[in-house]
Amino acid sequence: MNTVRQLDRVVIRFAGDSGDGMQLTGDRFTAETAKLGNDLSTLPNYPAEIRAPAGTLPGVSSFQIHFADTDILTPGDQPEVLIAMNPAALKANLRDLKSGGTIVVNTDEFTKRNLTKVGYDANPLEDGSLEDYQVHAVPLASLTIEALKEFDVSKKDAERSKNMFALGLVSWMYSRPTEATEEFLRGKFKAKPQIAEANIAALKAGWNYGDTTEAFAVRFEIPPARLSAGTYRNITGNQALAWGITAAGVASGLPVFLGAYPITPASDILHELSKHKRFGVTTVQAEDEIAAVGAALGASWGGALGVTTSSGPGIALKSETISLAVSLELPLLVVDVQRAGPSTGLPTKTEQADLVMAMFGRHGEAPIAVLAPQSPSDCYDIMLEAARIALHYRTPVMVLSDGYIANGAEPWRLPGTDELPDIGVEFATEPNGVDKAGEPVFLPYQRDPETLARPWAVPGTPGLQHRIGGIEKADKTGDISYDPENHDFMVRTRAAKIAGVDVPDLEPDDPHAGEATTLVLGWGSTWGPIGAAVRGLREKGVPIARAHLRYLNPMPKNTAEVLARYDRVVVPEMNLGQLTMLLRNNFPGTDVVGYNKVRGLPFTSNELQDALEEVIKNG
Amino acid sequence: MADVKLDAPKLKAKDFKSSQEVRWCPGCGDYAILAAVQSFLPELGLEREKIAFISGIGCSSRFPYYLNTYGLHSIHGRAPAIATGLAVSRPDLSVWVVTGDGDALSIGGNHLIHALRRNVNLKILLFNNRIYGLTKGQYSPTSGPGTLTKSSPMGSVDSPFNPLSLALGSEATFVARTLDSDRAHLQEVLRAAAEHEGSAFVEIYQNCPIFNDGAFEVLKNPETRDESIIRLQDGEPIRFGDKVVVQSGYGLQVKDASEVDEADVVVHKADVDDPAYAFALSRLSGIALDHTPIGVFRNVKRPTYDAGVRSQVDEAATGVDRKEALERLLHSGDTWTVL
Repeated sequence: MNTVRQLDRVVIRFAGDSGDGMQLTGDRFTAETAKLGNDLSTLPNYPAEIRAPAGTLPGVSSFQIHFADTDILTPGDQPEVLIAMNPAALKANLRDLKSGGTIVVNTDEFTKRNLTKVGYDANPLEDGSLEDYQVHAVPLASLTIEALKEFDVSKKDAERSKNMFALGLVSWMYSRPTEATEEFLRGKFKAKPQIAEANIAALKAGWNYGDTTEAFAVRFEIPPARLSAGTYRNITGNQALAWGITAAGVASGLPVFLGAYPITPASDILHELSKHKRFGVTTVQAEDEIAAVGAALGASWGGALGVTTSSGPGIALKSETISLAVSLELPLLVVDVQRAGPSTGLPTKTEQADLVMAMFGRHGEAPIAVLAPQSPSDCYDIMLEAARIALHYRTPVMVLSDGYIANGAEPWRLPGTDELPDIGVEFATEPNGVDKAGEPVFLPYQRDPETLARPWAVPGTPGLQHRIGGIEKADKTGDISYDPENHDFMVRTRAAKIAGVDVPDLEPDDPHAGEATTLVLGWGSTWGPIGAAVRGLREKGVPIARAHLRYLNPMPKNTAEVLARYDRVVVPEMNLGQLTMLLRNNFPGTDVVGYNKVRGLPFTSNELQDALEEVIKNG
Repeated sequence: MADVKLDAPKLKAKDFKSSQEVRWCPGCGDYAILAAVQSFLPELGLEREKIAFISGIGCSSRFPYYLNTYGLHSIHGRAPAIATGLAVSRPDLSVWVVTGDGDALSIGGNHLIHALRRNVNLKILLFNNRIYGLTKGQYSPTSGPGTLTKSSPMGSVDSPFNPLSLALGSEATFVARTLDSDRAHLQEVLRAAAEHEGSAFVEIYQNCPIFNDGAFEVLKNPETRDESIIRLQDGEPIRFGDKVVVQSGYGLQVKDASEVDEADVVVHKADVDDPAYAFALSRLSGIALDHTPIGVFRNVKRPTYDAGVRSQVDEAATGVDRKEALERLLHSGDTWTVL
């Protein structure tokens, strides 16, 4: 009989060859964990190559999940459990594992050849180098093949089910239900029921292996988290972002038009939206990044909610068209799922180094609104906000997600669709001025005095035919104008329009107001790690305030006032100090201290906690 | 738009003139094209607001400003991409692209070929003057080898595109050529383009009096034009002057009529499915313009991209309560409830 022990939290990492199905295994474990009501956060980490040479270090793909009985903010700094499907996975991940942690290894892959391939002179399972860990050496592949010998599947297909054996075993170790995964497998292999049944049998065999062998003396339970009441689901950032775009179409009553070109890590948004035609969502996979944004802008001109999604290199290509959209003053949503650059950089790794490009990476004075989601589920809300601003102010809006948010998952308390904001627009239908002869005319650049937005008259509207273009337009009439004073006026007016975009105030989290002298200010995906670090400091009795910018342009109106309350502002960023630079420019006199790392990975909460403590200590 | 029906005109040419002062150089071929288009547009039988002209950058791309329709003067080379977005989302509009040899074939080459292969409902008018006009006279992708310009003082060493061959290689379903100075022919070609369902590619030879004057003179001069221009007429044997077109090897060849048996003269058919025939026609003339066919080279039916995209959306979206569908989407898959 196994002993059952209660844990409050655990971090598990599944690691294997990129062909071993580790992302799927992680996804399924995540779904089971979510179903059980734990709070969770995940971190997929995979190579850029689809199938790097088998068994090599560059080919290692991993998936980390942190789950707990309390609310958590990060996928965990260090795994406590490592599932290693081959020597490469062990070697690549061992240094991250907590001392004393648990390792489950697939011994079938620990052949002399595979060991040599990754530079092991001796077998680490035998040379004592793992004695600080609890090692479970399990021949995962041969056990799977044995379990499936009665099935009508090839030996190769049977061997491929070893990830499900591993999932079954780990599900048993951590008391996760597997019914949903069985159902999932039946759906996934609908066309090949024998493969589905083989995978399910492997899953069950893994579970039973844990249950019946003496090797695992203890199994664990992590009780559900005490989350606020509501219906939850698990969601990744890219999925939430696509759903947010869909919801913006519903909320505005406009057809959504996505122009996109495949690029990592943004392609999943295109895939997801391509499934949502029932919402009137049109997706065009364009010939290139420029055509993608061009088609979206053309659709916007025609009265749709034009959207384009990409990553840094693609956004660079779209820059000229975004400037045209600034000049045409049409709504356009531009999503940049940032990845490590420059150039191809580390395409599957995360970074926040496109902030300055989002702010200024266009020709001429071409300000746009810039927003950044702070977590996977926040992508839904941020797209509704981006659409509100784009439609209300007739402007391009850039949304800066990143690889960490895009692929990471967390539980999401589902919003009611009756909470959808009203972001509908009124198209122009009537002339809004008179010409010199006193005849009614349509003035495409006659602005709303409050928002400075221009009227949106879509082609097809009788009597409002007009011509617009990239050449500078005369105020009100929109006619071509080379007049110096007019250009100065138009440049300043477009800037004033963006500066005047209504965004909510910054709400600093400072439970011991007056005690904290340091504010930690983040943006984007650092929200989770910063939150965990701040929590750690407060538990140690170190007072610290925090705030997070979801609106980067314009910044909340009270930003200056909030910053002025503290002696110094620490800004952790996965770049070399881009928000730091903007803050120093916008709020001179503020003592801004940057904490910057660009490793392609999110900050760990421990390193941030140490860094913040250091700053506070040194005053 | 999917279903343009040429109707008895209700509007007049003057109804399509905008209030903007036309600012091309005196003598520019664009004036003739503008006048021809303005007097043709009433034939579409559409209200002005149902017509959209989109252009890129270059002299020709100022065109939309001078038409009393909806107009968008966009970015260098990008008009076909922007127009694709409009055409896909607005089936009720007649969408026209105005472009030039630099705009369409150099900086925007990629968008042109992809619009054509997709067969998007766009009417693409390419004003080919074989020179960069707006930037003051550099050689273009249709300039001949050896062209002397500011950027090629010793003569261009570039090889030019044959725009029609390119369009045919891009799987275009409608390909035609006409001349700025021949209003009747230009309008006849525009009419055929407008009636075509899908992408229509029309090359218009256009004179630039400032930087490349007389480039098409051989097709205009009464002394040379009859032996240079081949007027393609559907269903008619191809003859011009005292010459005819016959098959030769894998292509076509011009021969003296006297040397050829009447039965061997090629009869023009624009709806021949194999694009090799239209391609061979497009190769009859080169930079030198001897034996230049004008008219409709190819006109075949193929499903259009925009209609295909829309039918999928319509099929999926018909009768869907979007709010309810969103509620279902959010709650799809694994969910759990915390009390």
